Amino acid sequence: MTVNVTMKVNGQSVTAAIAASTLLVDFIREHLRLTGTHVGCNTAQCGACTVHVNGRAVKSCNLLAAQANGAEVTTIEGLAAADGTMHPMQAAFKEHHGLQCGFCTPGMVMSACELKGKLPNATDEQIREALDGNMCRCTGYQNIVKAVKAGLAA
Amino acid sequence: MQAIQLHQPASLADAAKLRSGNDDARFLAGGQSLLAAMKLGLNSATDLINLAALPDLAGIKVDGNRIVIGAMTRHADVAANADVKRLIPALAVLAGSIGDRQVRNVGTLGGSIANADPASDYPAAVVGLGATVRTNQREIAADAFFTGLYETALQNGEIITAVSFPVPEKAGYVKFKAPASRFALVGVFVSKGTGGVRVAVTGAAGSVFRAAGVEAALAGNWSAAAAKAVKLSADNLNSDLHATAEYRAHLIPVLASRAVTAAG
Repeated sequence: MTVNVTMKVNGQSVTAAIAASTLLVDFIREHLRLTGTHVGCNTAQCGACTVHVNGRAVKSCNLLAAQANGAEVTTIEGLAAADGTMHPMQAAFKEHHGLQCGFCTPGMVMSACELKGKLPNATDEQIREALDGNMCRCTGYQNIVKAVKAGLAA
Repeated sequence: MQAIQLHQPASLADAAKLRSGNDDARFLAGGQSLLAAMKLGLNSATDLINLAALPDLAGIKVDGNRIVIGAMTRHADVAANADVKRLIPALAVLAGSIGDRQVRNVGTLGGSIANADPASDYPAAVVGLGATVRTNQREIAADAFFTGLYETALQNGEIITAVSFPVPEKAGYVKFKAPASRFALVGVFVSKGTGGVRVAVTGAAGSVFRAAGVEAALAGNWSAAAAKAVKLSADNLNSDLHATAEYRAHLIPVLASRAVTAAG
């Protein structure tokens, strides 16, 4: 079955006819070719696929694209300024070495950005709790927490 | 994921009709359990009936001495709601401990209790507070709602519209999380109110249940020590790679005592 979806992705309106079973992450990666959003576990555990839907961090591998019909979606590609200047959270991850292989990073950054609106003065413990839905298999999280703390303060 | 027919009804009546007579159709609320189960091949639904467009299913209202939460209300919204935090803080704490932040941004109260996962959190609050589940057909008392492993009293075509929680005098919820999944290895919800003392346990058996022994102890003496002193049988409790039945039986009074302390 085909369904029509229309949504605003990183400020641009997109419309497509897609299979009803299309996951939001596949719509973003395969149809829109925005491959910054990663698929890690594909079972809604690792958080590499985190994007914002109407300002909320969600796991795009666990949502049908049709569920985001009419929504505003922001992916990692939507964070930097038009001239390429990194978003403060991206800059903080770079500055504090909050990544090694980088696979989880787009999800980490999107998750951290949602936190900015909710817990701008988060403690280390609150940051760890808030990043519970994002897994990193390289860093041991120390520098991620540092980066998020700096990004929230920036 | 398998190919599906996606239905987008605009009314409860239309949604119910789409489900009636189609055993392979499922209602889609937030989908945080359903879609994951379908992707793993654990659910062979051919038709999904998206409830997102139905009016008046999301929202939180105070109604006298009760809080009524719409079925499509997301966990994050329950956790952050000022009325819930003021009147039943344990419910806000529970909602804020489900899954992870991204799951709480999408998952819904109605979806969670309709799924009736044996280790999910909301059933503990529904039974532990003696809530009433409202559907498009009737009202179901919490004690009659959860009937077994992933089983509820809901009939084919019956849709949860809201859950009405009585405001207790005191309530607390503490869970022992399975570290990887964050599901409750055991979770205990305690409350004391006009309906007496209720102690609901999730994660320990095939379905949420009331721990009568702990309830009796707390009815006589509402204290952490009274709860902790209760000895429970491991009969009918789950044993799996995470914990034995005996371990779970031990955890119930321990967590109940912590929940009493949390209730203040």
